[in-house]
Amino acid sequence: MSGYWAGILSLLAINIVFAYGIFLPVATGQLNLGGAGFYAIGAYSAAYLSFQYDMPLVVTVAAGFVLAGVIGFLIAFPILRTRGVYLVLATFAFAEVVGGLILNSETLGGAMGLPVPTYVDYEVPIAAAVIVTLIVFYIMSTRFGLVMRAVHDDEVVSDLMGVNIRGVQVTAFAIGAAFAGLAGVLYAHTYTYVEIQGFNALMSIYVLLYVLLGGTQTAWGPLAGAAFFTLLPEVFRAVVPAANAFIASLIGYEGVVSPPDASWRFVILGVFTVLMMVFRPEGMITRTMIERLRLRRAPDSASREATV
Amino acid sequence: MLLLQQLVNSLMLGSVYVTVAVAFTLTIGVLNFLNFTIPTLFMLAGMVGWAVAYWGLPFGLSGPLPWPIALAVGIALAILASLVVERFTFRYLKTKYGDSTEHAIPLVSSLGFLLIIENLVRIAYGTDAQRFPGPSADLTLNIGGVFVRVPQLMSLVVVLAIVVGLTWLLKKSALGRGLRAIAENPDAANILGVDIHRIVPVVFMLTGLLCGLAGALFAVNYGEVSPLMGEDIGTKAIAGMVVGGLGSIWGAVLGGLIVGLTETMTINFFGADTVQVAVWGLLLFTLFIRPQGLFGHHAIGKGKL
Repeated sequence: MSGYWAGILSLLAINIVFAYGIFLPVATGQLNLGGAGFYAIGAYSAAYLSFQYDMPLVVTVAAGFVLAGVIGFLIAFPILRTRGVYLVLATFAFAEVVGGLILNSETLGGAMGLPVPTYVDYEVPIAAAVIVTLIVFYIMSTRFGLVMRAVHDDEVVSDLMGVNIRGVQVTAFAIGAAFAGLAGVLYAHTYTYVEIQGFNALMSIYVLLYVLLGGTQTAWGPLAGAAFFTLLPEVFRAVVPAANAFIASLIGYEGVVSPPDASWRFVILGVFTVLMMVFRPEGMITRTMIERLRLRRAPDSASREATV
Repeated sequence: MLLLQQLVNSLMLGSVYVTVAVAFTLTIGVLNFLNFTIPTLFMLAGMVGWAVAYWGLPFGLSGPLPWPIALAVGIALAILASLVVERFTFRYLKTKYGDSTEHAIPLVSSLGFLLIIENLVRIAYGTDAQRFPGPSADLTLNIGGVFVRVPQLMSLVVVLAIVVGLTWLLKKSALGRGLRAIAENPDAANILGVDIHRIVPVVFMLTGLLCGLAGALFAVNYGEVSPLMGEDIGTKAIAGMVVGGLGSIWGAVLGGLIVGLTETMTINFFGADTVQVAVWGLLLFTLFIRPQGLFGHHAIGKGKL
């Protein structure tokens, strides 16, 4: 396998793990715009342990996962007291504070960043992505997943039915934080260098968009969203120059056609976002779509139609 | 005396934050919509103002224009962009199915617009900071030993005028009554004859105007514009808005000034690197202690419209 595809596979795997980390809180109705914060915690804990103490991969993975999860758990209590727009802003603020603290920390390299001695090839991120995907699918199929769905769809009714809403939300937030931390660990070992400037607000925005555009109703959504938006730029990289050259030749222009700037793919992501929110606000993959694909009507939809 | 000078500096710094924070708080107070395009509209006005002053209008319509006209073009474009945002975000506020995250839909659309506008500007003008050919930023007055830069004093006056005008508009005019009615209960306002589809674009025009003015003031004050200038200002304006309380104009004014003060004092005592932690820590602290902010109404920004 060429290095190019190995790099794309690693990136895809990391993005999938990260997307699941944001998906879990969002699936309980908590919009989390602080992804970069947990990602940075995971990446820096792995980098620090690997660089300073020369720890093996198993230890750094476990440390990043647990540390991000614990911090997510602790921060979830005050943060989940807020709701709606306040929650979005609080998670956003959390990520900024983490970024600022790391930037000012001498031990973590400050603005210089940290090198990571341990390099992993694409197999490890892929394995992690597969495991995380299976775990999330399992979670969504358990009773806890059902409760998450209920909280997402209607908090008040779930509360009346005896669901411990806060418990569900805090748990989902903490597990999500741990996954985002794991994605950070994988990032650190794949790119062998961590630099806090990269873990900015835009990164939180991108991954939240992956999740929301993929769809938050089922565990397929983040998978589809992350895969789509990771692979799309690669497709564009190949297709757009060819299309440009074709159009240029149509109007009689001969010469070198420059490939599109990386900025274009973010413009395209933005256009996708706006159009999706207009035409399909539930995301690419919805629950009804999955049910249709399985070639069976959901038992409850038949009864719902009968009563309406 | 040094402290007094720092206070004056923070007041000046705060005045740009205040304008952007007021734009944020207006959309959130009336429409319950956190508009993430606001920082990019700010940037758009500054960058387009620079481009017109440097190159002139596109398609060879004119050569380089003097800076006040160029900034007016930038502001006009910001207003136009804001109307486009309205067309694709607020009009699609409601989902068909009902969902606890449905209030997020316009927010997410505005994140999409943030990516579009910011990257289009980068494609058009590159990512470098550009020197704005405005009036000299070094013009200073010496008032009893405290130095006040004239463009900053100008912008403070402009900002005060805007805020007073906006307060009057919301309190006294027919438009303001309509806006307050929509803020209170959109459905009831609609039934009682408030034409939402005529009034809501006005909010977005005001947003574009405020952001455009803030961008113009920034360009004149600092003599420099860049495609990145919106991010820093935008995040600090958000912090100011939350500290002051969502939906309150005078809260946004006070919050913007507090953030300006926090920033100046942090730089003074701890150095420039800790500003981010101080400002966002202030925001988190406010959210934990008094989530509705200093002047905010506790219901705004919480749930669905």
